[in-house]
This record gives sequence, structure tokens and C-alpha cells, in this order.
Amino acid sequence: MAVNEGMSSLSDHLFGSGMAVYAAAMLGYAAEFAFSRLGTRSAAADAGAAEGSAAGATSVDAAAEVPAARVAAGQPAVLVGVGAAADAGAGAGAGAGAATAAPTAADRTGEIEAVRQRDRAAHTLSAGNDGDVEVPARARWIGRIAVWLTVVGWALHLSSVVTRGVAADRVPWGNMYEYSSMICLIAVTTFLGLMIRHNVRWLGVFIMVPVVLYLGFAGTVLYVAPGPLVPALNSYWLKIHVVGAILASGIFLVSAVTTLLFLLKERWENRLAEVAAGRAEANRAMQNRGGIVMRLPSSAALDTLTYRVIAFAFPIWTFAIIAGAIWAEAAWGRYWGWDPKETWSFITWVCYAAYLHARATAGWRGRRAAAISLVAFCALFVDYYLVNLVINGLHSYAGV
Amino acid sequence: MTSSTRSSSTSLDVDPSGGDSAGADVGAAGAEGVGFDADPAARRRLPDGHADAGVVVLPDAFAPPVRAGDGGPDDPVSAASASGATRGAAGGPAARRAGGGAGRNPVLAVAIRSWRQLTSMRTALLLLFLLALAAVPGSLLPQRNINPMRVEQYLNDHPTLGPMLDRLSGFDVFSAPWFAAIYLLLFISLIGCLSSRIRWHARALFTAPPKAPARPGRLPGGSSWASPLPPADAAAAARAALRGRRFRASASGADARRPDGTPDHSVAAEKGYLRETGNLLFHVALVGLLAAVGFGSWFGYQGTTLVVTGDGFANTLISYDQFTGGKLVDTARLKPFSLTLNRFQASYEANGEPSDFRADVSYSSDLDAPTRQAVVRVNHPLVLGNAKVYLIGHGYAPHFLLRDARGRTVWQGNVPCTPRDGMFTSTCTVKIPDAGLPPLGAQRVPQQLAFSGVFTPTTQLDPTHGYVSIYPAARAPGLTITGYVGNLHLDEGVPQNVYTVDTRDMRQLSLTGPAGANRTAQVLALNNRDQRTLTGLPGGLSLEVNSVAEFATFQVKSDPFKDEALLFAVLIILGLIASLRVRRRRVWVRARPAAGGGSTVEIGGLSRSHGDGFASELGQLTIAVREATTPAAAPSAGPAPATAPATAEAAGSAEATRDEAPGNDETPGNAVVPDGTSTQDEGAPTAPSGTRSGDAADGGATSRASEREQ
Repeated sequence: MAVNEGMSSLSDHLFGSGMAVYAAAMLGYAAEFAFSRLGTRSAAADAGAAEGSAAGATSVDAAAEVPAARVAAGQPAVLVGVGAAADAGAGAGAGAGAATAAPTAADRTGEIEAVRQRDRAAHTLSAGNDGDVEVPARARWIGRIAVWLTVVGWALHLSSVVTRGVAADRVPWGNMYEYSSMICLIAVTTFLGLMIRHNVRWLGVFIMVPVVLYLGFAGTVLYVAPGPLVPALNSYWLKIHVVGAILASGIFLVSAVTTLLFLLKERWENRLAEVAAGRAEANRAMQNRGGIVMRLPSSAALDTLTYRVIAFAFPIWTFAIIAGAIWAEAAWGRYWGWDPKETWSFITWVCYAAYLHARATAGWRGRRAAAISLVAFCALFVDYYLVNLVINGLHSYAGV
Repeated sequence: MTSSTRSSSTSLDVDPSGGDSAGADVGAAGAEGVGFDADPAARRRLPDGHADAGVVVLPDAFAPPVRAGDGGPDDPVSAASASGATRGAAGGPAARRAGGGAGRNPVLAVAIRSWRQLTSMRTALLLLFLLALAAVPGSLLPQRNINPMRVEQYLNDHPTLGPMLDRLSGFDVFSAPWFAAIYLLLFISLIGCLSSRIRWHARALFTAPPKAPARPGRLPGGSSWASPLPPADAAAAARAALRGRRFRASASGADARRPDGTPDHSVAAEKGYLRETGNLLFHVALVGLLAAVGFGSWFGYQGTTLVVTGDGFANTLISYDQFTGGKLVDTARLKPFSLTLNRFQASYEANGEPSDFRADVSYSSDLDAPTRQAVVRVNHPLVLGNAKVYLIGHGYAPHFLLRDARGRTVWQGNVPCTPRDGMFTSTCTVKIPDAGLPPLGAQRVPQQLAFSGVFTPTTQLDPTHGYVSIYPAARAPGLTITGYVGNLHLDEGVPQNVYTVDTRDMRQLSLTGPAGANRTAQVLALNNRDQRTLTGLPGGLSLEVNSVAEFATFQVKSDPFKDEALLFAVLIILGLIASLRVRRRRVWVRARPAAGGGSTVEIGGLSRSHGDGFASELGQLTIAVREATTPAAAPSAGPAPATAPATAEAAGSAEATRDEAPGNDETPGNAVVPDGTSTQDEGAPTAPSGTRSGDAADGGATSRASEREQ
């Protein structure tokens, strides 16, 4: 079957322009991120704090607010509240200082109220601690433009995939370049899907950076001109099994990004608790209420987001493996032969299953589960790249 | 072990399993604040995966149902139940009983403790990791079942490391005993855990949900309001409303009493059992899949056979060239099907790439079954019951005729030649043990003939390489051949390779053929009658190669449990989807008598997974129950006021209704503290002002009008 050269070059142009638009969107997200300001509530506490002399006290005031989110991650509310209240002497957080001695009925209700607010705040996906982020109007406009640029870039990317399929007269996922392009498309689609339901614009820059890099790698190193499928791939199962694998991989890419963000934020929150307890120095970023990590939502929210993304993609990955087994039975006569690709898909599946188990096991939530999630993503990476390019097996014909 | 399990909970978990002072404070405060009935033993069992959101941990919120008659806290068994806490109440009641019994027998105690360790989540995690890790060498090292030649290559290349790896089953990782140990342990752990959880889930399905706490309104998202109905009716109305929303709701009985003796009017509702059902289904299906794979490998077999066109094949052990069967396969009782290869056709592109292969066979699927025709293609096997016959390869089998000096045929046959490259250059080996030549010498050394050659389907003479094949189809078949006579050692009972000739006891012949006399090698053109005969063989024999037939290689695979494996795989996916998407949640309603004849109704709920939209669902349920319990008027002030989780809808409707009900300014604040006294003052003004209709909440109420009791 002849390859449509015009469509092929159109596809390449669309790919390049999509990438450029993604890069512009990435800059837009970064700009919005950079120009937002943290801690309007902390600013008010600042003004009201009696001893506002040292920058340390200011940051500790801010810290008194901020660990509210940390509480949700598991430290007993009372402990942190007591610590902060003792240090800052500010009753900024309504219920924070209440539970010192035997709490009265009013104190207890206030405490319950505070706990409820923290609980609610801890799991909101809005940026900054407890949504405590002030974004100046111009930065907000840049952010909105970035979202629109993402949509435009997504449309260009989608068109490049479609035209490539038209050019080669087959579904556009038959070699490594096309797989990578599709995975990035799915990752951006996932991000846009999350944007529809929650306000996750803060995630924008962190998704766009790997997507742009990945597309660059695909377009340069992995690129091949469109051509027919190798005969062994000529089956309707290609549309089922490979689509499932690509979908799941794109979504797992998003979960890897959120996992990294969770680890960063959790480390920062730990450090902040240390600062609040007076055991450590507040670093410059904390003092100025600046810093990237501060603007992320609470670690509990990031953890929940990671879990839900992985829980969404895991059944799809399971389906992809099973569809692959059915295809293998039809083509090779056995549904499982421990081919390297099959083995590494299995390893990836087991690792994500371990993540889901870890989240239900006492002592393994939080940082350890996040580590498992990263290990699982590495297994996925190996499954996609090392198995195809390095290890010799039945899947090597997928072509580079 | 107690300390280790307790300390294993990091700061990220609220672990009320005894002794944590801050946690206990909060827990105690919370327990009194919300009012779950005190059950110190139950408090130890922290349910896994509970949304530890810093909210007061409600110890028995999602614990497995406690059997009546289980005693209170027992110090000697606190160790056992603390370790059970890590398993999400896996130990529970059984732990207490077993712990008590184990005190008498140390061996039994060790056994029980080991079993509990084995079936704990942490062990499952560890085994999962080990499984993943163990599979890695199976993908990096060559494996015998996939490519035995590469294994041999590896052993040749690594003379010291290779045999060591071989002894550790490095080349048979997936049938290695240590790999089997890992997944068998994992499945034993799984089955042990499943057996308890299935029992608990069955119990939960058939018993009432846990009773409502004293103050459900204090749960996050909870609220309370005044209702004109007496408590019993309010509870019944609430139950009907909840049942209308497809909750399993049970109201307390007419004579039920709270622990302090006051009458109990409450409703306990639960929904989302499908989550646990799906979870159990997934894990049971995993066990089923393993069983199907195991049985399939025990009862399954596969073999390859080579069939020359015109010949047949019957499914018996001896007909196979290579056969591997599972341990429980009775090779004397293989399914007796047979087939005959009538014709084989291969078509090629112009550049020699294959485009299609087809084998026309007539087959009979059983001993007395009628003969049918079929076409076997690559990737389109012939299905005969549980067995599938795949076409996996083909090649050429030239026809050799050995004649004696008088022209009578001594021996003839199609000898398959092994293809070596894409153009089907093939090596041929012909062994003729009974050529009719008399044995030589005093030792009666047998004189047997052997020929070895290279067959080229489309022959061309290449200056450097000699005769090569330039196209895979047999357009100009040629055979470059050389011969030997001597002792083939075929009659000694030692098997030898069909495709190679051991010439140590043979001498090479001088052949006469198309190229002249007394040559060691000759080139025969099979389509040319004058150039396809070799003479000069001992005893006046002559060899003619007069035609070429094709052969096909078939692979027969039988796996009787394939369909079961597929069924379990489908169940795995269905169970997984249900267990990850469905939320388990509980809602409680309590009605307390209020002065003036009405009642104060409180509602509250808990969801196992956080932030999943339960807040908005609770808001909607609150609307529904409020309407059901305030039948004379539209809901006065929207759903859970300010303290409800600020989701868009709840906040929106709360704002809207609050704007329209200025007289109820105090209600939101009061609802936070569901103190009976203050609310009952609101009871009077609330009812009449609630007559305003057209609230935002009412829009959704019309569909639920049918749920009202009156």
C-alpha cells in the first residue's frame, strides 16, 4: 500500500507545531506559577502578630497556618496545633491553640470545626496550602491563555496522529515513534480531562515539561517515515491491545508526575514542621513565602490524586495484558510464554498492584507508596523501551 | 512483635491501636463527640484504607462485624490483635480466641503467628515485590522454552558463569522451584486472607449495618434539623428516603434502647457492597486463573511434525518430531485425529518476501469421524477439539530414486531438506542403510550409502559463491550433491541426527554425473532429465533426483483449560473495575425527641475513600431525608450549612436558600453544635418560615416527592 507523501509531511508539520504550542503553554503555566503569591491569610496573621520583628517569627506564623494541611496527612491535629500555638503565640488558626489542657465543650467543637476545615482543605486540589494562593490578575490571564494553548496544541497533536494514520493507510500506532506520540497525546488528554473536573492548572507545567521532552525525543531519535505494518501486526487485535496499553501508559505518565510532586511537597511539609517546632531554620523560600513547592496543593491531596489516577489506569493496563494474551493465543498458539515483553508487562502490573496494596497497608502509605509508584513507572519504561530496543524477543519486530 | 507492628505505622497513619496518647485523646474526644458506642476491643482494629484524614478516628466504623459474645479486651491477646490491626482487622475475633488457646501450646502459637504473618498485607506486598524481581532475570537471560539455541550459545560464550546460572535455573526461570515458591506462597497468603474476608463480607451482606452513633451530625458533613414528626416516624421516614436512594437501611427496632436506657430511634444505612464483592471476585478470579494455567500446563501438550505433501499424520506420540507434554498427559490416549497433506502452496512477492502460505489438508477429527477438507494458513489454525494445528513452516523435499545396475528401484523417497535462508537454500541429507551392497571384509562391515547436498529452488551460478538460490519458489531446482559409502552405524541402536552424516567410518565417493566422471561433488538440475542422475556408485547403483515435493511443518497445541483461563481473566477485569470505582459508604440518621412533640433529626455519614464525591452525595441525601422528615413544609434552610464540605452544589444551594430564609440566620451556626436545647427553640420558627417554596433545593425535591411518608 502506497504511502501518501503529502499527508505524511503534513503530519510531521502538525507534530512540530503541536510541540511548539505545548512549549508555549508550558511557559505560560510556569509564568502563572511564578507570579502567584502565597499566603494571603498568612499576610493577615503577619499584620496581626504581636512579635513581628524577626523574619523567623513571620515564617513561623505562616507555618502555623500551613501545617493545617500537614495535619491531614496524619499527625494528630492536637500535636501540631499545640506546637504552633506555643511557638507563635498567635491564635490565627481558630482551633489550633484550643487543645492545651482539658478542653471545654466549646473548645472541642471549635476543634472539631478546625479539623473539618483542615480535612476539607487537605484534600482540595486547589493550589497552595488550603487554597491560600493569590494570583494577580495578569498571571491568571497568562494561566488561562496557557490552558487554551494546551487545547490548541492538543488539537494539532491529534491531527498529526490522524494524518499519519491516513498517510500510512492504517491505524497510527505501529512503531515506536507512533507509540510515543500517542502516549504523550494521552497524557495531555488526561491533564485536560482533570482540568475539566478540578482546577489543576498548577499541574500544567509539570506535565508539559516531560511531554515536550518526550515528543522531542520521539520526533528526533525514534522518527521513521510512515510505512505499512509488519505482517505479523496485521490483525484487528492491534487496535484493541495496543490502544489499551497506550492509554494506560499515558495515564501512568501523569501519575508519575504527581508522585514526584507528592514527594517534593511531603518533604517540604516535613521541613516546615521542623521549622515550626523550632528544630530547623526556615530557608529563604519559606521566609519569602516563595518557592515552587509551596504553591502545590497539600501532600494529602497529591497523594489522593496519584491514587485515583493509578486506580483509573490499572484496570486498563490489566485489560491490555489480557487482550495481548488473547492475541498471542490466536497468533502464536499460547496465551502466555514469558516473552520479555510479556514478562515486563507482568512486572509492571505487579508493581502497580503493590502500590494499590501499599495504600491499604498500615505503615506503607505516603512516601513508601510513592516510591513504589515510581518503581512501577520505571518498570513501565523498561517495558516500553528496553524490551523493544535492547532485549531480543517476539516483540522486537515492533520496529524502532 | 507488638512493638514492631506498632512502630511500623509511620506518622502518616493515625493509629489508635492503644497507647498513642495524642491519638487516644483525640480518639476519646471524638468518640464522645460523635458517640460511637464504646468498644475498646474494636478500637484496636484500625481498618485498612480508612480515610485517615485527621478526623477523629472512629474505631469501629469499618471494622468487620463483631460476633456477639466476643469478650472485652484481653491483655494477653492484645499482641495478637495489634498485629491483626496491621491487616485491617484480619485477626479480629479469631485472633482473640486463637491467642487465648495458643497460650497453652507454644508450637501452636508459633504456627498461628506464622500463619498470621503469612496472610498479612505486608507479606503480600513483600511477595509481590519478590515476584516482580524474580521475573526480571527471566527476561534478561535467554530461556530454554523460548529459544534453546540461544541458551546453548550463551553457555558456549560464558563457560564459567553459564553452568552456574544453569544450576540456579537461570535458563528456566519460570519453571524454577524458587519462582514457584514465590507465587505459591503468594497464593496461599491470598487464599488465607480471602477465606476470612469472604466470611466477613457475607456476614456484612446479611446483617444490619453498624448502628448509628449518638451524634451522627458531628461527623464531617453532618447536620441536624428539627422535624415535626415524632422520633419513631422521623426515623421511619428517613429509612424510607434512604432506601429510595438504594441504600441498605435498617431502622432500630421499636423496643431498641441506647446504652443509657433511652429509646433508640435511628437508621443505619450502607451502600457500596459491590466494592468488596468486586475485590473478592478479583482475588478469587486470580486464584482461578492460576488454577487454569496450572491445569492447562499439566494436561496440555504441544508437538511439531513434518509432513511431506501426500503423506499423512496421526496424533500419536510416535508421529511427532518433537513433543512436550504436561505431567498428567496420557500420551497413549491423545485425541486420535489424523490429517493428510494434499497440497501445499506458497506464494511470494517479487522480491522473495512471502505473501501467503496455505496447506490443503483432509482431516478426520476422531477415529470414525468422516473426512473433511480444510485449509490451514499461518495464524489460522485448524481447530480440532482442544487441539489446534498451526502451520509454522515449510520447505522442499526432493524425490530420490536409487536404482541398481539393471534399472530396478532399490530405494526411493522424498527427503525433506532444511531451509537455511529466506531463498530456501536447503541442506539435504539422505541416508540409505539398505542399498543392497554386500558387507565388506572379515568383519562384515556394512556398506551403506549417504548423500549430503545443498538444494537450491531457483538455481543460479554465482562467481564467488557457487550455485545459489535467488528465489524461494522451485522454478529451477538444483542439487549440489556429494556421496559416501561405509558404516552409518544405524543398526547399532544408538539414535543419531537425521540431518547430519557422521563420516568417520565412511569414504567419499567419486561420482559421475552432469559435470563429468570421478568428481566428489556433482550438480544436478532436477528439471532436466539428462542432468539429474548420478552414476559410478558402488555395485553399479545410480541415483536419480527426479522431482521436488514440498513439505509443511505443523505444530499441534492442546490446552484444555484455555477457556477457563479466559473466563477468569474477564472476571479479573470486572472485579477490578468494581473494586476501584465503587465507594463504600455509610449514612446514619438519629432522631431524638424534642420538646414540643417533634424531634431533632441528625444525619451523618462516612466514606471509605476520601474526596470522591461523597460530600455532594451526603448533601443530596440530607436534602432527601430532610424533606422526608419535614413533610408539611419545603426544606427550610438548604442542606448541610456552612460546615458541610464546600462543594459547589452544596455551597450554591446553601447560599441560595440562606439568602431566601433570612430568619434562619442562626440555624447554620447552631447546626454545627447539635445541642438539643438550642435547636428546639428553632423548631417553632423553622416550621412556618419553611413554607416558602421554589427554593433551589425544591427543584431537586420534586423527583423525590414520592419518598415522602405523608
